[in-house]
Amino acid sequence: MSPKRIVLRFGADISDKPVIYRLVKDFNLVVNIVKANVNPRKEGTMVLEITGEQWGEGLDYLRSQGVAVQDLNQEIIRNEDKCVMCGACTAICPTGALFLERPSMEVHFDGDHCIVCQLCLKVCPMRAMEVSL
Amino acid sequence: MEKTYAEINARIKAGKAVVLTADELISLVEEKGLSQAAREVDVVTTGTFAPMCSSGAFLNFGHTKPRMRMQKVWLNGVSAYAGIAAVDAYIGATELPEDDPLNSNYPGEFRYGGGHVIQDLVARKPIRLKALSYGTDCYPRRELDTTITLDDINEATLFNPRNAYQNYNCAVNLTARTIYTYMGMLNPRLGNAHYSTSGQLSPLLKDPHFQTIGIGTKIFLGGGVGHVAWHGTQHFPSIQSGDGRNLGPAGGTLAVIGDLKQMSPRWLVGTSYVGYGATLSVGIGVPIPILNEEIARYAAATDHELYAPVVDYGEAYPSRTPGNLGYVSYAELKSGKIKLNGKEVPTAPLSSVPRAREIASTLKQRIEQGSFLLTEPVQLLPSPADGRTANFLKG
Repeated sequence: MSPKRIVLRFGADISDKPVIYRLVKDFNLVVNIVKANVNPRKEGTMVLEITGEQWGEGLDYLRSQGVAVQDLNQEIIRNEDKCVMCGACTAICPTGALFLERPSMEVHFDGDHCIVCQLCLKVCPMRAMEVSL
Repeated sequence: MEKTYAEINARIKAGKAVVLTADELISLVEEKGLSQAAREVDVVTTGTFAPMCSSGAFLNFGHTKPRMRMQKVWLNGVSAYAGIAAVDAYIGATELPEDDPLNSNYPGEFRYGGGHVIQDLVARKPIRLKALSYGTDCYPRRELDTTITLDDINEATLFNPRNAYQNYNCAVNLTARTIYTYMGMLNPRLGNAHYSTSGQLSPLLKDPHFQTIGIGTKIFLGGGVGHVAWHGTQHFPSIQSGDGRNLGPAGGTLAVIGDLKQMSPRWLVGTSYVGYGATLSVGIGVPIPILNEEIARYAAATDHELYAPVVDYGEAYPSRTPGNLGYVSYAELKSGKIKLNGKEVPTAPLSSVPRAREIASTLKQRIEQGSFLLTEPVQLLPSPADGRTANFLKG
């Protein structure tokens, strides 16, 4: 069985709880942490690969703890024709995948750091951020 | 040292004018000093590209057969104001389609509005025009459903009653919930800070006392040529101060006008703010003639000398509670973080600096090539010395 790739997002109240440990211990899942980040506001994001029979129960447990769980089968792309490099996304992107380069103040998008939270789709004033399936 | 518009225009025509962007002027002043720079430079170009509400276009569609006195008009489903004349209408940037869910599914998306209609028009896309009327003896037609393009109609005049805000608030949110504003999405408890001018490149920050910008000033507007028509609505210019220091100008605005048919969809962009609404991002560039050293000194102001007030959009702004949380320089804002209430807050612009730079460079090029001459204003705009102040509604 190939591993399932998921994105977890959690608030400051969960950042200090050992939820991944519980996935391993209580649901017998093999867990590979691909990316993990806790921002200065103590909000966390994590990309996981999980393998194991009880993955459904494991994800239910995460949701019961207030963790947002999302499948990672999508990719975010930037429509270069629409982006005007204003920067409105850059203080909202939780992982810094969208960032301003200084001193040029050009907006760059580093897909490797994107966790497909899709906040940029909502806040981009030019609707330049798109989901590709 | 004093120069006149005529002398500068003669130098432009002779291909001898020295034209610098505001960024380049700052470097020259650092290198050679203010007096020398003021003597050498003829024109300084500025630029800004940002969402600018209070924008819109007057359109004259041409007459139908039989004739119609259009009473209600929609362009791609967005209502345009038709209470002007038989086939004249004004499409405003923030108008929304009548079937838009607005904020009923909060926060609303506002994907399409008047600003997007203007961008589609100027991109030469076909636009669906619907109109209704009551019928008169001279204008019997009651209904119309057709398609127009920018080239089909008689006139399309961009007329923006308030653009190019001299300075603007740096918006933050002190409350415990996320808010959706015209300054973007603001995270709770000082999660982020948004600002919206191009700082040292921004037109009205470089002429704080309105010594050169006035009615008739020829400008870069929406990719083409436009003019300053009047002072903008809510034009209340002032010089900010704090702790006995000059914190740069604030409060001035421009009303601008130009032929939409020679503008470009790159510089008039339909814009959507989640939870707030739709608007239009406008590219504006103003040339500042360096008539004397004082004008050069203002035009050379740097991001370190220009400040924005920090305002809480969670509570203070909506309730119109006066005051602010202090001032931050554009140098600090552009660094990516500011210190507020002992907390480090990430900053982000809503105004595109790369685009502002491109406008200043394009305008510089047009002047150097002799295709853009300066216009002496027929009347200067009210300055901080005129003491204009805002009125507020009762009730």
